[in-house]
Amino acid sequence: MNTATIDTAVPDDDPAAERPALAWLGPRPELPLSALLFIVVVGGWELAVRLLQVTPLLLPAPSAVAVALWEGIRNNTFTHHLGVTFYETMAGFVLGAGLGLVLGAVIAQFPLVERTLYPYVVAFQTIPKVAIAPLFVIWFGYGMASKIVITATIAFFPVLANTVVGLRSVPADQLELLQAFTASRWQVFRMARIPHALPFVFVGLDVSIVLSVIGAIVGEFVGAQAGLGYLILQRTFSMDTAGMFAILILLSAMGLGLHWVVRWTERRVVFWAEAEHERISGA
Amino acid sequence: MTASAKLSVIGSSAPPALAARGPGPMIEIAGLNKIYRTREGRNIEALKDLNFGIADGEFVTVVGPSGCGKSTLLKILAGTLRRSSGSVRIRQRPIDGPSRDVGVVFQAPVLLPWRTVLENVLVPIEIQGLSMKEYEPRARDYLKLVGLEGFENKYPNELSGGMQQRVGISRGLVHEPAFLLMDEPFGALDAMTRETMNLELLRIWSQSRKTVMLVTHSIPEAVFLADRVIVMSPRPGRITEILEVDLPRPRTLEMINSERFGGYVSAIRRHFHSLGLDA
Repeated sequence: MNTATIDTAVPDDDPAAERPALAWLGPRPELPLSALLFIVVVGGWELAVRLLQVTPLLLPAPSAVAVALWEGIRNNTFTHHLGVTFYETMAGFVLGAGLGLVLGAVIAQFPLVERTLYPYVVAFQTIPKVAIAPLFVIWFGYGMASKIVITATIAFFPVLANTVVGLRSVPADQLELLQAFTASRWQVFRMARIPHALPFVFVGLDVSIVLSVIGAIVGEFVGAQAGLGYLILQRTFSMDTAGMFAILILLSAMGLGLHWVVRWTERRVVFWAEAEHERISGA
Repeated sequence: MTASAKLSVIGSSAPPALAARGPGPMIEIAGLNKIYRTREGRNIEALKDLNFGIADGEFVTVVGPSGCGKSTLLKILAGTLRRSSGSVRIRQRPIDGPSRDVGVVFQAPVLLPWRTVLENVLVPIEIQGLSMKEYEPRARDYLKLVGLEGFENKYPNELSGGMQQRVGISRGLVHEPAFLLMDEPFGALDAMTRETMNLELLRIWSQSRKTVMLVTHSIPEAVFLADRVIVMSPRPGRITEILEVDLPRPRTLEMINSERFGGYVSAIRRHFHSLGLDA
């Protein structure tokens, strides 16, 4: 009796209120849900193509794409072209990001350089790189050099802009403290500005690496003898739509892989920063 | 006898009497003015005709309501802000910029989050190009002194606010500056931690024999810590009182309840009140 009174007087907290939604799916319900979404979409696509008898030229079934992907990997068609595109992407990224870092540091340190140079940099940035890609092909030829330059021009700006902002993000009291301890301008740069800039720089690198893949493909579209972009064009002409989809999957995997390398490096380098909210890398 | 009887208004241009604690004056400030120019072109007198000296080994606190220029004064002494006129000398040498003789502790701990506690304490050593190896034991000693032994390799975000501020104090002392400047170092801490830190600061001061100038807006804190309290008032920022605190050392928390302590505090309160200020 007594217990019953207590039970009614102090009801248990509603356990459902404490528990996140769909707790029966495990600690990370998004994982099985993502898998489910994949199955539903791909399965629906497969089913629709088969039932509606869509011509494979318009939309190949996922199974046909999988076969094309497997074939391409097995007979080594992809290896060479993937290697070319990867090399162009990385070389362009390193060139563009490196230039962005250096110029960003100079601009952040010397306001006069910023006022003199930055308007031109921004003006250059407003030119669609796709529009000047043919020019680069004329200048640097059909080989990898023109693709690397195009990629570099695309990768350059996000790193530059983030470096400038990052180097200026040092809190005023930290600057004042270092100055009170007689820090020179270079010491302030090394001990406070660079570490403070790193989280920003990594945001720029993350955006740049994904844009770099786009840059390489754009360059290959304009005129190339190898690379995944070149391969896409080839398959367009031979009306191999499933083969095109297979390349898109490869490109997406490459972009994702590079993105994760940047994020992984960031977590190790900028170990002190709070876990940043997931960022959308754009493009 | 109450402490208020000791109060005397010091004429703003009269030469200050130095407390005879150390062998000579550590800091000499004469005719110090600071005028800010606003964007509209108006002049604001942040500091007007400051004259005082601080003896070697003395603990001086500066108290006043916000806007009285106490932080401006501290920044000028730290060398991070230019004065408009007058002279500031540390050990007879005029200062016109940050000096190695000076250590600073700000209201916020301002630690570098990518450096461990020990590496943060060693920041002034690194900046001044001194031997890190030679000073590391001293850095460890100061961390021990502020009760942070065993935390040397932790990162700032693993420490509480009070612990971070202790790191800041160790950093202010590690290069053995003759003169330590503290800008409301405990302002962000809760009352109990603040009392503990005040006691610890006095203990560190008595062991290190530094000259300390501490800025605060808490009158009891100013009285509790100081040999002399410099009382400032705003618009224009000027010294209106210099009060000698004749309480025995070492100070204890019980003294806060004593009549003499209360006398000093209420004397300063009355002084602000007579100027139409609530501090």
